[in-house]
Amino acid sequence: MTTVAPSAGTSMATGDEISAWQTIKRGAEISPELKDGFWGTLLLALLGTAGRVVVPVVVQQTLDRGINGPHGIDLPFVTRMALVAALALVLTGASSYLMTARLFTTAERGLATLRIKAFRHVHDLPVLTQNTERRGALVSRVTSDVDQVSQFLVFGGIIGIISVGQVIVATLIMLYYSWQLTIVVWVCFAPLFLSLRYFQRRLSAAYGVVRRMVGQMLAAVSEPVVGAVVVRTHAIEGRTQARIDEAIARYQDASTKAQGLTAFSFSLGGVSAGLANALVLIVGIWLGQGHLWAGHVTSGEVLAFAFLVSLFVSPVQMGTQVLTDAQNAIAGWRRVIGILDTPADLDDPGATGASLPHRPLDIEFDHVDFAYPGGPLVLRDVDLRIEAGTRVAVVGETGSGKTTFAKVLTRLMDPVSGSVRLAGHDLRTVTFSSLRRRVVLVPQEGFLFDSTLLANVSYGDLDATPDDVRRAVIGLGLGDWLESLPLGLDTRVGQRGESMSAGERQLVALVRAHLADPDLLVLDEATSAVDPALEMRIGRALEALMSGRTSVTIAHRMSTAENADEVIVFDQGRVVQRGPHTALVAEGGVYGRLHASWVAQQGT
Amino acid sequence: MSETSTRPDGAPANDATNPAAHDGAHEATSPPAADPGRSTLRDGFGVLGVAIRREPWIFTVSTLGSLLFGALTVADAWVLGWATDHVVLPAFRTGTTTARAVLAVLALFLGVAILRAVGIVARRLGAGVMQYRMQAAYRREVTAQYLRLPMAWHQRHPAGQLLSNANSDVEAAWAPIAPLPMAVGTLAMVVIAVVQMLLVDLTMAAVGLMVFPLVTAATLTYQRFSSPLFTRIQALRAELSEVAHESFDGAMVVKTLGREAEETARFAEKAEQLRDLGIRVGRIRAVFDPLLEALPGFGVLGVLGVGVWRIRHGHADPGDVVTIAYLLTIVAFPIRSIGWLLGEFPRSIVGFRRVQRVLDEPVETTYGDVRLGDPQRAARLELDGLAYSYLPQQPVLGDLSFVVEPGRTVAVVGETASGKSTLTTLLTRLVDPDAGRVVLDGVDLRDLAPGELARHVALVPQSAFMFDDTVRGNVTLGEDVPDEEVWSALRTAQADGFVAALPKGLDSRLGERGTTLSGGQRQRLSLARALVRRPRLLVLDDATSAVDPEVEARILAAMRTAVAEGSASTLVLIAYRKATIALADEVLFLAGGRIADRGTHADLLQRNPAYARLVNAYEEVPT
Ligand SMILES: Nc1ncnc2c1ncn2[C@@H]1O[C@H](COP(=O)(O)OP(=O)(O)OP(=O)(O)O)[C@@H](O)[C@H]1O
Ligand SMILES: Nc1ncnc2c1ncn2[C@@H]1O[C@H](COP(=O)(O)OP(=O)(O)OP(=O)(O)O)[C@@H](O)[C@H]1O
Ligand SMILES: [Mg+2]
Ligand SMILES: [Mg+2]
Repeated sequence: MTTVAPSAGTSMATGDEISAWQTIKRGAEISPELKDGFWGTLLLALLGTAGRVVVPVVVQQTLDRGINGPHGIDLPFVTRMALVAALALVLTGASSYLMTARLFTTAERGLATLRIKAFRHVHDLPVLTQNTERRGALVSRVTSDVDQVSQFLVFGGIIGIISVGQVIVATLIMLYYSWQLTIVVWVCFAPLFLSLRYFQRRLSAAYGVVRRMVGQMLAAVSEPVVGAVVVRTHAIEGRTQARIDEAIARYQDASTKAQGLTAFSFSLGGVSAGLANALVLIVGIWLGQGHLWAGHVTSGEVLAFAFLVSLFVSPVQMGTQVLTDAQNAIAGWRRVIGILDTPADLDDPGATGASLPHRPLDIEFDHVDFAYPGGPLVLRDVDLRIEAGTRVAVVGETGSGKTTFAKVLTRLMDPVSGSVRLAGHDLRTVTFSSLRRRVVLVPQEGFLFDSTLLANVSYGDLDATPDDVRRAVIGLGLGDWLESLPLGLDTRVGQRGESMSAGERQLVALVRAHLADPDLLVLDEATSAVDPALEMRIGRALEALMSGRTSVTIAHRMSTAENADEVIVFDQGRVVQRGPHTALVAEGGVYGRLHASWVAQQGT
Repeated sequence: MSETSTRPDGAPANDATNPAAHDGAHEATSPPAADPGRSTLRDGFGVLGVAIRREPWIFTVSTLGSLLFGALTVADAWVLGWATDHVVLPAFRTGTTTARAVLAVLALFLGVAILRAVGIVARRLGAGVMQYRMQAAYRREVTAQYLRLPMAWHQRHPAGQLLSNANSDVEAAWAPIAPLPMAVGTLAMVVIAVVQMLLVDLTMAAVGLMVFPLVTAATLTYQRFSSPLFTRIQALRAELSEVAHESFDGAMVVKTLGREAEETARFAEKAEQLRDLGIRVGRIRAVFDPLLEALPGFGVLGVLGVGVWRIRHGHADPGDVVTIAYLLTIVAFPIRSIGWLLGEFPRSIVGFRRVQRVLDEPVETTYGDVRLGDPQRAARLELDGLAYSYLPQQPVLGDLSFVVEPGRTVAVVGETASGKSTLTTLLTRLVDPDAGRVVLDGVDLRDLAPGELARHVALVPQSAFMFDDTVRGNVTLGEDVPDEEVWSALRTAQADGFVAALPKGLDSRLGERGTTLSGGQRQRLSLARALVRRPRLLVLDDATSAVDPEVEARILAAMRTAVAEGSASTLVLIAYRKATIALADEVLFLAGGRIADRGTHADLLQRNPAYARLVNAYEEVPT
């Protein structure tokens, strides 16, 4: 068997390869709201910070000069200062209020946009790409990963910018006092700044693992919840719980590890500060004594400098804190962006694309090969033409490629080589909207949404009224069935449709497809769970409804093939026989065998 | 130097007052409304109490770390003072310094800094470890509960909601643990400062301490306004997760019908509600945060005012004012950190209650303690007056009684939606009957010990469910089964051929829900999964619907051989096709939820026209 390159099956990007800075840039591109009013918010933040500095200074002044001054209490001064302080407090409060409110607003807006875009993109990805990630993990990308970003966005960015500003201001003030001591301070902090890069890398990796583990945990929880029947009937709760517990433990370990790294890298700032404090005093003394450059440093200046160091240290610590928080947020952001950056390699030609005509469609397969990513060829050189308006049955052993054929025909996947044409248009040039409107596939396993019967059927045609829906049900010969449901169209179908019987689920999927009124209808074992009498009845109804249109029906029940205009027989990915039922029976071959088994079964 | 923390947050959102905004279907799962009569503070501390009781040691360590940090922050100032008095000033005075003095300064500063770093690591790592342990513990509990709760409960609770319970709600519940040690640690500072203030001057202290009731009032007001929002937010997060899960689950339908835009609109509705609520929470926070920060400032101003007045009347010294004002500034930061802690409460309580509600859900399934041992013969099955309905007043099955003797095969035949699968769920005790009993070897299923039923009975459900695991894992489901037995089961199910052709054979991974297999392949693995367990009662629910007639014939032949060889299985099969039905010793024809007729296939064909119409439908002459 030949192995070929994946046709359409890029796996979901993790975003791991994007740098932090690129992530933020890309994030802001995706959610332009984030940039709204940025400068205003920054200004408010600066005002708020200024206020926070003013108040202690004013209080200090009042105490020193107004109350504790050389002339006893200076009442006018105290009053003036108290007024200034009160004013500053009110201003700080007001600007903090505005800043916080604005930050929340832009962050929440930006995140909503991010979520929605990522969600949409998941649906735009090809089926095969969607299947490379487990559903629970996909859910985590549009829920919990996005939630992580919010924390950082709301405060981190602004605090980070302010911190840098404060560091610069503090440095300038220190320089004004003594450039020598300023160098000492910077030298003490140099190792911290240098190690920052290293820690950022480790933190980034650590939080990347954390986010991945959340996804795995949700996937581990989601699987047994959906497959609860199997878990119950085989009593494998123990093993299932063990698997979930393992995922939980891995998430816990990853979080703890990241937290340890965060705590450690954060604590380093304090050590640098201690060192700086000590060296400033020591070097200050030496300077004063003229051991180093001939300076005229006084004891008062050295002590004042010691105070300045603390002005420098606190924004540095705040900054480091922001950077660590940022890594967590960015790890989440990356994963969401990873989705958006996963190419939808089944491209919608969009506005430039062709539209399918609203008439019976003819089908051409031009030497089509198909292989699943990394696997052998599943369709081999399928080369056939189906005239418009034909009713075709597709049969073949299980695993022979029938479903694959249907998926390539409806462009859920593109061929590895060769092309598929509908009404003369290569599928790759047809707009998705036109394709989905004209061509409808009813898959092997009917999926219903947790809603009413009416809502599920209307999914095929959003403009349909309840009467249209009722007519469609009756049109398929299912009026009796609808009557038998006490709540009629208002019956709730349950999660994944599980409050309906398997046969009923298929009926709903059929009515839904019928309501969509396609020109080409592809049924992939769409009535496999329906009882024989009903199946035959539906078959006849469909026959009438689809007359003049093209239909492709995959079925294991030969009754379908017997009634078709033409039968196409698949064997190991090749079309081995085709023609009307009677001719094929005479021909024997694969079809002859399948038919013989069928007849033998019926004969019992 | 104070450690500043960026605000932990993460608030999302929706219109809490608009009931039309969410799907009425999940009324049952919408969270308990915040009970206005109960105090958020009390409940919040209650939740924290649970954590502290469960992790007392880590809590102690991190609190000690926080205390160490606080103490050394004070020590820092002391070291600076000491160095000034004993080293710097003398040095400038005398013009000389000793190496010892220099080393002492270095050692003191560094020593304090390093110890403080230890304090920080202990506090933060401790808080982290405690938080993650509690999260993990509750995640384990809540998921274990998922596995225990009955199928009926699962049908009412969408998978997406359950994910949200296990993730976002648990996270919200234990969020206050992060600021907890800091708050407790600084509480000590607050107490010391307050005592000092009181000792200095009662009147001024009283004015300064007015800050505390004000802070409390502000916190309570905040909680009052934000609690309902957080309740709605956590519910919305679950709804968002539910929409996402369902939509991704049905991605194929969405795609084949081109409904991407509509699905996005459905998701966007929730995301936007979440956003709007988040913004509303933001506005409340925007008022509350600056207020908490400003209150100590106003306290200081108050102290200054009263202080001036007291000094003028000779009741106090300027020094007293200075001390009290200074002490008040010191407590300003701790007050904020306590404010952060209290600020987490509303969300925490909501999350905790949502999780607790799942944990408090009654696990209706009760078990007895009867074990059936390991008899080497097939099971005897007896149904006695069995009745079941999903919805009140709408019986699906009524008064079903029959016996299947050991080793016999019974086919259940009935129209679509006649209740056949429902019957299989009763036989395998996925649900318990409303009336009547299912009896296996003389024992009511409800009297069997947990896990016992699965040792004797296997079901092949109508839709094959595959795990994201290897072929072997999917067949053995983790049991220790020798490969030969796995292959033998695969052979009977006619799955050996394609499994052997897979690149890694039994070790090939299948992808979630077995997406890498064809429908018929999945169904055959599902059959093999049941066969490998050598059940004494095997229930097949339309288990060959997705395979072609040839393979089906081979499966049936293999099973027939097994039956003939006395495979020690009693067989209940749901089937439409005559070849399958022909395997049966007896056929039960199900109609209107009752056994409409019973007998051999041939007898029924002859005497029951409805039955004949159903099973002969394929032979009707095409019109
Ligand atoms: N997503 C996938 N990735 C890899 N291999 C796949 C995938 N889907 C199907 N296959 C393989 O491709 C082959 C053809 O599968 P396909 O689903 O087309 O068969 P089918 O004819 O529809 O069978 P059935 O009658 O059982 O539904 C099978 O061998 C199957 O294992
Ligand atoms: N979870 C549920 N909640 C409510 N009603 C249900 C539920 N499951 C099944 N039903 C209803 O019970 C009836 C019997 O369903 P059941 O699945 O037992 O039918 P069935 O005989 O297996 O049909 P099929 O041949 O289509 O598989 C149907 O009307 C169905 O809609
Ligand atoms: Mg198929
Ligand atoms: Mg059924």
